Formats: sequence, C-alpha cells, structure tokens
Amino acid sequence: MPAGLLGIEELDRAEIEAILARAKDFQPIQSQTLKKLDTLRGKMIVNLFYEASTRTRTSFEIAAKRLGADAVSITASGSSVSKGESLVDTLNTLAAMRPDAIVMRHAASGAPHFLARHLPTPIINAGDGTHEHPTQALLDARTILDRRGALEGLRVAIIGDIAHSRVARSNVHLLSKFGVELVLCGPASLLPVELAQLAPGVHLTTDIREAIRNADVIMMLRVQLERQHEASFPASEYFQFYGLRLEHLDLAKPDAIVMHPGPINRGRELSSEVADFQRSVILNQVENGIAVRMAVLEKVIG
Amino acid sequence: MPIVIKNGRVIDPASHTDRIADVLIVDGRIAGVAPNLSSPRAEVFDAAGMVVAPGFIDMHVHLREPGFEHAETIESGSRAAAAGGFTSVCAMPNTKPVNDSATVTSYIVERARRRAVVNVFPIGAITKGSAGEELAAIGAMKAAGAVAISDDGQPVMNARVMRRAMEFARSYDLPIIQHCEDLNLSAGGDMHEGAKSVRWGLRGIPAASEDVMVARDLVLAQLTGARYHVAHISTRNAVGMVDYARQQRLAVTCETTPHHFTLCDEEMPAYDSNYKMKPPLRSGCDRGAVVDGIVAGTVSAIATDHAPHPGSEKMQEFERCPFGIIGLETALALALEELVHPGKITLNRMVELFTTGPESVMRLGRGTLEPGAPGDVTIFSTEVSWTYDVNQSHSRSRNSPFHGRTFRGGPVATVVNGEIVWRRT
Repeated sequence: MPAGLLGIEELDRAEIEAILARAKDFQPIQSQTLKKLDTLRGKMIVNLFYEASTRTRTSFEIAAKRLGADAVSITASGSSVSKGESLVDTLNTLAAMRPDAIVMRHAASGAPHFLARHLPTPIINAGDGTHEHPTQALLDARTILDRRGALEGLRVAIIGDIAHSRVARSNVHLLSKFGVELVLCGPASLLPVELAQLAPGVHLTTDIREAIRNADVIMMLRVQLERQHEASFPASEYFQFYGLRLEHLDLAKPDAIVMHPGPINRGRELSSEVADFQRSVILNQVENGIAVRMAVLEKVIG
Repeated sequence: MPIVIKNGRVIDPASHTDRIADVLIVDGRIAGVAPNLSSPRAEVFDAAGMVVAPGFIDMHVHLREPGFEHAETIESGSRAAAAGGFTSVCAMPNTKPVNDSATVTSYIVERARRRAVVNVFPIGAITKGSAGEELAAIGAMKAAGAVAISDDGQPVMNARVMRRAMEFARSYDLPIIQHCEDLNLSAGGDMHEGAKSVRWGLRGIPAASEDVMVARDLVLAQLTGARYHVAHISTRNAVGMVDYARQQRLAVTCETTPHHFTLCDEEMPAYDSNYKMKPPLRSGCDRGAVVDGIVAGTVSAIATDHAPHPGSEKMQEFERCPFGIIGLETALALALEELVHPGKITLNRMVELFTTGPESVMRLGRGTLEPGAPGDVTIFSTEVSWTYDVNQSHSRSRNSPFHGRTFRGGPVATVVNGEIVWRRT
C-alpha cells in the first residue's frame, strides 16, 4: 500500500508529533507577505472531492500552493462521476496522469482505503463518510497545543452527533494516543455504546453538563442532518438539550476553549454568543488547517 | 455403465452405516453397499482412505438464471456445486423474473435438465415478485417442481401475508423458508452492528433485526402448523428461539452457512466486500452460539447461500457493493476444518448436516445410500491438502473471502445419478 494518510487510527504517537511539530514550523509563513516555498515544486496534487466542501478543499489547495506544488481540484458534479463511471475507473484514470498524491473526500466510509489497495498513488483522506477525517484531528491538536503546553492529562468533551462524525472518530484516536480523557456526549440514539471501545480513556454521557464539567476543551460537532438517514432525535429540542450556551461554560475550566470543525450552525449546536466568545478558537482551527496540511503533504510527497 | 466405489469408509447416517465397504451403482441407482461388491462391466473407483457418503445437498444457493447470467448460470453454478461435493442444490427464486410462477419454475427445471451436472430443485417465491404483498401461485409451482417456498433476500415483512403463506405452505406440504430480517431495523446497514461497524463508520445491521423476525415467525408457525425453516441463522438469540420452538414440538428447522460458523465481524478486514453478506458476519459470541447449535442438533443443515456477484459489482465502495459470497466449493472443507478437525462434531454428524439434515427439510428423496436410492455419492478426503484459488472457480463469480486458504480435507469426486461429474485433478 502506498504511503498516504488514510486515518489517525493507524498512526503512532511519534508520527503524529512529527506532523504537529512540522506544522508549527509552517505557522509563521501564514502571516508573511511572501507565503510561498518551493519544497514541492514540480509536484502535482489532485484534490478529488465527491462531497461538497469549501474549507477543506480550499485549505488543501492553499497548502499545496504554499509548498510550491501544482494543485487541481475536481468536484463530483460535472465530472465523469455524473456519467456513471465507477470510483475505481475514475481513480485509475487520474492515476494514469501521474499525480504525486490524490487528496480525496468521499461520502462512503472506507472509500480511500478501498482505493489504496488498488492504486499506486498515495491517497490523503480528506474525510470518508462517517469514518475518519485525519487532517481535521491534526489541526485540532495543533490548535489545542497552541493554547496548552501538552495534550497529556487534558479533559476534552466532544458534543453532538457522534455516531455520524468522522471528526469525532479521528479526534478520539489522536487524543487517546496522548492520554487525554475524552467525554463523548450526544442524544442516546447518536451515541452508540460501542464508542466506548473506540480507544482507551473514552467515556460516554447523554448529559451535556456532565460532559462539560472541568473540561479543558469543548469540541462542538455540526448537527449533520444530511447524514441522518432517519429521524434519530427530535430536532426541535436539540438545542435545548445539546446546544452549547454561555452558561454552560461556567462548568468548564476557567480557561477552557471552545472548538468547532465548521461550518457552524448558530442556534443549532451552539449559541451565537458562544461562537463569538473570546475563548472560541474556531478561526484559529481554520488557520492551522493550512499549516497542518502543508506538513501532511510534505510528509506524503516530499 | 455401472460404477463400483471400492474400499472407502462408507458413512450413511440414514442407514446408520459407518464401515469400510464398496458401493455399487447400477442404472443410476444405488444397487448395494457391502464388502467385495463387483459387477462385470462396472467402472471401478478406488476410494481407499476416503469417505464415501450420500450425495451432499445444498438447500440454499443462488444460480442467477434466468436474468443474471453474467454472475452465474445453472450450468456454471452446478459445476461449482459438483466441485464442492454437492449432488443436489435448491435454487432460490430471486432471479429475473422472480420464480413466482409455474412458467419460471418449469424453465429452471428444463434448463437444469439440459445444462446442469447436478440435481437442481427450484424454490418458488412466497409472494408475487417477492414483493411481500400478494401470494404467488404456490400450488402451480409445486406441480411444476418447486420443493419449497421462500422470498429469500426479501423477507416477508407483513405478518398477515406470512400467516396466509404458512397456511398455504402447510396445505401443500411445502416447507416455508424465511430470510429473517426486519427491514426497518436493518435499513441502510452494511455489516453487523457492533464495535467494528462503529469504528469503521459503517451503518449496522443489528442482531435484533434477525431475532425480531424469527420470534414473529415462530409464533405464526405455532398458529398455522406450517413446516417453517430459518435460512442462514446467525445470532445467539435466533438459535435459542429455534431450540425452544423445537422443544415445543413445532415443525421448525434452521440452517447455517460455512461463513457464519467460520468468521465473525471482529476478524474481518476493513471495507473488504468479500466479507459483505446478509446476514452479516456476526460477533464472535454469535458465531459460538451457531457452532453450539450445530453441536446440539438445533441446526439441521449446512447450506452455502452461494451468492455470485461479478467483480465489477464487488469492486466498489463497501456500502455500494451487493451482499453475498460464493461458497459451494469451500463448504465441505470449512466444515472439516472448523467443526470436525477441532473435535466439535463427528464426521458422521457432519455428513448428516449435508445429507439427512437438509433432506428432512426438503424431502427430495435423496441423502441416503439405501438400495434403490438415486445414485448420488460424495467422495471426500479428510486429509487431502489443497489451496482454494478462486480464479480457478467453476463459478462465474470470484467473490470469496476464502481465496488463498489452504485446507486439510475436501471433496475428491462427485457422482450424480450414477455418473462421475467431477473429480479432483
């Protein structure tokens, strides 16, 4: 299997630390006037997005360009996908054009893993179904580390539609490897009990107050209505029981930070006041996305 | 030409036979089982060191013809059956068109007569188009050769329809076979609901979806007195409920598949479509209960649920791939490896699961070496070492999780109606 990045689960701690350290090197570049390096000059990266995405696709594109690579982005609509070509055939066609890596987002869990078994090109998973979103977890870890010296011993609450969240799974795998205490919280129908076996140090609760109590980090997840194949919870009362409001923050550590992978739904999973709250680091996450993806692209292709 | 199979260990559970003997077949029928048999013009097959058993019956296969000949045909499926030691197969009705009429049943019977190298027995649909609403022409299909009814793959969700179907099945003395799955509970699922499905972000098929349907149907079986058979049983609760029903003297039976007694979800490779089937590979605990059910006699038959799909359909995202794997060529070897060699069941019991067990459900008039019975014989070795290469399969499809596995024991030759239709080369 070619060296790509399919998920966090199969990475070890040293590999993650190396990416996070390299991302830190890339952070200052984001605010320089001249932002472009030539580390990956002459390399070609294909961004293949089978699902709508603004921030992840743009972030990968900018990361590639800042490293001097060429990037082509393809979205599913308007491509051969809509002409009924199979995933394997599409990827074989792209691989024949000899890109150095394919960044891929797909609505089916495991789609990049399936392709990695049949393609010579390294694949970077930019989100597969409800499975993993490895670069999101890496940028989240980078963002936490910017505020805290270390991950060890932190208490992190992840709140929302855990069952359908690839962000939650990747974060659980990453943070658990660093000895973080994880509390997953959401409506019972979106919180399968088997989540407790995902990694060491994972606890489940359906009570948002219990989840937030003494938390260092509160990660809110988007309510993914498009991934709800049935009505798993009464949407009308979601905000009442699982929406993050300012008064909840009193339960957390005084310097607790609020994170969200975006795009945020004000008034659905968090109140507008929380979104604009001074210890909300949502935009820092977006900024770190570029540095982290530069580190990942460099690791995979460089 | 007569054939005499010499010096094998003859195991015929129907006649309580287990001894070294010869089997003589004349005019396509068993003429005798005794030491030192001979016949002037007979072809001699030396079976020394091998087991000679009644022809194996697979009561649950998908031959895909008519309608899906790119995946399998009656001919290719029957050759795979022969290579697996099966002399008779029962073909599920989910063809295109669905086998829900005497016309389609007759077509299958006729195609099999011309093309098949083993005996093929059609199973008719329970409802028209297997749509679960209107009963199919059950009596007419029986008259045309159907040996059971089932809407396999499309479980009858409506309890009232199922009740009526059971009443008809009883009046025609046909077994009614249910693929037990509550479609509301399993909707959208791609693998067993458990730690792995949650880890991999795949939607789950809960064990409860099988259990709920088995429970409902057992109540209906009691109400109607029908001969009711649970296809490919896979969960602990379902095995327990069938056991209870049998203790209550209901005419209830069940089968399980080689993959359900061999594999479990904890052991499957991530996103490998050769491990995707219905019911899904369950937990290790469920697999253990299935094996216990085989040992205890709750499970009457091993059936493969041979489900060919062409490579193009299996080479897709896991959640888009069709369900099912091929299994005819590996069933006997898996039973030996997983059940007999570890000492869980005796060789005699294994032969029962492939002969008298399915015969007791389907009543084909086969599954024995008694004189006068059809000359169907399965000759196998408990020791031959061989490796399964799915690319050499007689099936038109290649979807097997057992590709590359080396087995101890497997079929050696298959005799159907007195003719050797396959032998190991």
